[in-house]
Amino acid sequence: MDKATLAGALGSPSVFGQSQFAFVRGNAFEAKVKADGGTELLRLVHEKLDRSAEPPAAARVPDLSAAGHAGRAARTELALGEAVLAPGEWTLLDHPLLALDVAGSPAFLEPDAVVVHPDGRWTVVEIKSFPLLDGSADPAKVGAAARQAAVYVLALEEVAARLATAPDAPGEAPRVRHRILLVCPKDFSNLPTASAVDVRKQRAVTARQLARLTRIEHIADALPEGICFAPELPREQLTASVESVPASYAPECLSACELAFHCRDRSRAQDAVTTLGRPVRAELGGLTTVEDVLAAARGELGDPGDPTVAALRRAAALRAEALAGAEAPTGAQALAGVPGTAPAEVAPCL
Amino acid sequence: MSLITTLARLEAVSTGRARPAATVRHRHLSERPLVFVPLTTAGEAGAPLGALVGTDRDAPRLLAVPQPRDRDLRFAFLAELADVVLPYIDGCAEAVEAAERSETDPETGKRVKVEVELCADAPQLIVPSRAGVDLVRLLGRSTRFRRTAEQDPEAPFPAPPRVPLLGRWLTHFGERARVPGSSLLPAMTDLLSRHWATGQSSLEDQHLGALLAWIDPPPGRSGAEAAREAELARDADGQLRCPPAGPATDPAFDNRLLAPAIERYDRARTALAAAQDGLEADERLGALTAAEQEIRKLVESRTRPTWDAVWRGLDLLRALPEGARVEERWTRDRWSFTGHRDRVLAGEPPQPRRDDAVTAANKLATREREQARLEAQEALDDPLVMAGRRLSGEAFAGEVTDVVMAYSESKRPSPRPLVTVRTDDRPHLGARTRVYRSLGGKPQAAEFIGYEDEDETDGHQTDGHGRDCAEEGPAGEGPAGEGLSGKGPAAGGLLVLRIMDKMGRGKEPEAGSVPEKGDRLCFTLFEHEPRGGAKLPDPEETPWTHGGPPGAEAATPEAADPVTEEDVL
Repeated sequence: MDKATLAGALGSPSVFGQSQFAFVRGNAFEAKVKADGGTELLRLVHEKLDRSAEPPAAARVPDLSAAGHAGRAARTELALGEAVLAPGEWTLLDHPLLALDVAGSPAFLEPDAVVVHPDGRWTVVEIKSFPLLDGSADPAKVGAAARQAAVYVLALEEVAARLATAPDAPGEAPRVRHRILLVCPKDFSNLPTASAVDVRKQRAVTARQLARLTRIEHIADALPEGICFAPELPREQLTASVESVPASYAPECLSACELAFHCRDRSRAQDAVTTLGRPVRAELGGLTTVEDVLAAARGELGDPGDPTVAALRRAAALRAEALAGAEAPTGAQALAGVPGTAPAEVAPCL
Repeated sequence: MSLITTLARLEAVSTGRARPAATVRHRHLSERPLVFVPLTTAGEAGAPLGALVGTDRDAPRLLAVPQPRDRDLRFAFLAELADVVLPYIDGCAEAVEAAERSETDPETGKRVKVEVELCADAPQLIVPSRAGVDLVRLLGRSTRFRRTAEQDPEAPFPAPPRVPLLGRWLTHFGERARVPGSSLLPAMTDLLSRHWATGQSSLEDQHLGALLAWIDPPPGRSGAEAAREAELARDADGQLRCPPAGPATDPAFDNRLLAPAIERYDRARTALAAAQDGLEADERLGALTAAEQEIRKLVESRTRPTWDAVWRGLDLLRALPEGARVEERWTRDRWSFTGHRDRVLAGEPPQPRRDDAVTAANKLATREREQARLEAQEALDDPLVMAGRRLSGEAFAGEVTDVVMAYSESKRPSPRPLVTVRTDDRPHLGARTRVYRSLGGKPQAAEFIGYEDEDETDGHQTDGHGRDCAEEGPAGEGPAGEGLSGKGPAAGGLLVLRIMDKMGRGKEPEAGSVPEKGDRLCFTLFEHEPRGGAKLPDPEETPWTHGGPPGAEAATPEAADPVTEEDVL
């Protein structure tokens, strides 16, 4: 399903998109890294991950093209099996296609490259166009790359397990390295440099999350009959369809999901405190709507014995006292006394 | 985020307008700041596309790079930027005042006072968002090691003369921005979200347009509506009405407007290079200039709204009265500025790529110390911040109900009066905990002695407090207030404090130095002037655990980045 189109049809268009400049540069850099049969790439793998192995003089670069996603995935699996049967050689798989079961439906993944070492172990290679400046890169971007690579590692482990159970299996399953190679431009140049990134933690987290995901059939089963998400439907009908799938919005969604603005509108309409962030929700305990919290702070709602309510009332009293004591800010903001402030009688008489 | 801020955000949701998160302005604003609104090219590590820069809100200087992949054009951009930034910095560096600094005398090893210069004002560079601060640091890193033709005639692609100096200054600004409470390089989103709580998450507050929409929505509209429009509304061309504050641009702008314009520029340039004679060249030069003008217009159309937004933010902030201790922190910024000015004048090499162990430890210690200082000073300047500290049990306010004179038991007895304070706050006090109050701007220390039994005091029983206590004191906590002194009830009540200092040398305390009955006071459990840790060794005495003293390689200035064909900066 194309969530971006759906979001547009719902009246809350997504803000994602890729600039062609970034696209061109990313592709140019990847092409440069993989040029000459991956000589530079294999040199980096050897240098950063496997110094004890034979330096890669020549590498096998099998052709992975096939018709359709399933065909390409099968071709990749075949190539990996062949590579395992050729010990002592380096093999570079350029853009292999892997299948991973996500909540009961197969998802196809395309790592930038997978390298099979002479000892038969596999390494995921991720090529990114953000720079490695003086040996360090933006931690947020490295984290995202590591999470992405962890999914590839999981998918490769499934392939490895399948290869081991095949009739003509060479014995034990080939091992997938948990240190991936992140290739980035060096400083301000276009020269590739690389760093080994340990993705054990991300791998464990992703594996756990995948295992916990609600099966897609269960979600589909829970939906009423006749639900359709076609973007050409009238907006009301579409909104009702999307409503029928439960979603729990948090501000982090904005950077990840095309439908986030739609969910944010719904969440705001429900007056949910989570729109201000998950920590806020955690801080407020059982009070989940904005009006409930404010009413509790005003002393109109809630049990004064509840520590959350008691803390809220104290906070409201202290805040009202401080604002009353200070002169109301002048200029554009004459805010003191706006309804919603805790009534004055709650303030302690100091 | 404290519960008080959370409450302010919830009030903002409910009222549709941002609510104050501070009653005074906690950051210094220069009379004449230099506003810098940069744009970069997507996918390139901070390759500039253009910028608006200047000190006059009506006449910003527009800089544009018509082809961001062209090194000469990028250098021209940086040279132009240097032409704006460096004279502004020099303007601040000239006026100095005499100041004193204690230094270690190299001969005697004693601390002595030395007369030094302190710049009377420091430059202030304001960028729209945190990403802008990062870009300033990145530009500094990319330019400070460059070699000009004068420094190194052999080097390929020499940088224009003042660009390496610009890089050193931008690096200094970028480093200083990491010190809590500093104002040399503030981001407008940080400034605004420090002083107002909006009805959206702090993540969404990073959008300058949305943040301003909450603080000062157009008449008749709620902040939420206006913010949503700032985030999403697009015109007929599919362009955002409120372009992102940068430095990254909107992909729709890149793909639909910028890319075709750059392509036209490239074509015009190729055509000019292929011109046969003067007449043809003149004509094609005209086409090239037109193509360049078009890109300049595009850059201006994306930066001008942000430029105006930054100035609007400045207006809003200027309407707040400045906090009492803001000036003191600005003086530290001036010291930092003067220090770097002197290093540049002394001909020291540019800041290294990586700090040595002692410099790094010093920077970390400075940031920690300044963070503690900032927290203490903001609380003392602003009752709303202090309310947060009182809520968390780090401070308490109350009325003095009794003062009993007492003396220390030394040979020359000094005054140690016992003061009883009634408070509704619930400070985390243990036996002999030190508390501080501000007395004429200086902290006066007191020691917590214990809780007093409520029934023994006459008067001040429940006049007005009763209701509050009954409401707030959850069952079980109220009665504890009547416990014996020394046992710590959580619900405040009557606290006995012993004043320890700032009462003069005589047997009788100086007038006004001891609280009187009826005074309303605020004591803090944190120090007003936090001390830093122990002094760190000089670089020459770096212990071997940290790499030992800097060797010969540290003495030679760092080499410039090797230049390759495909450099992006």
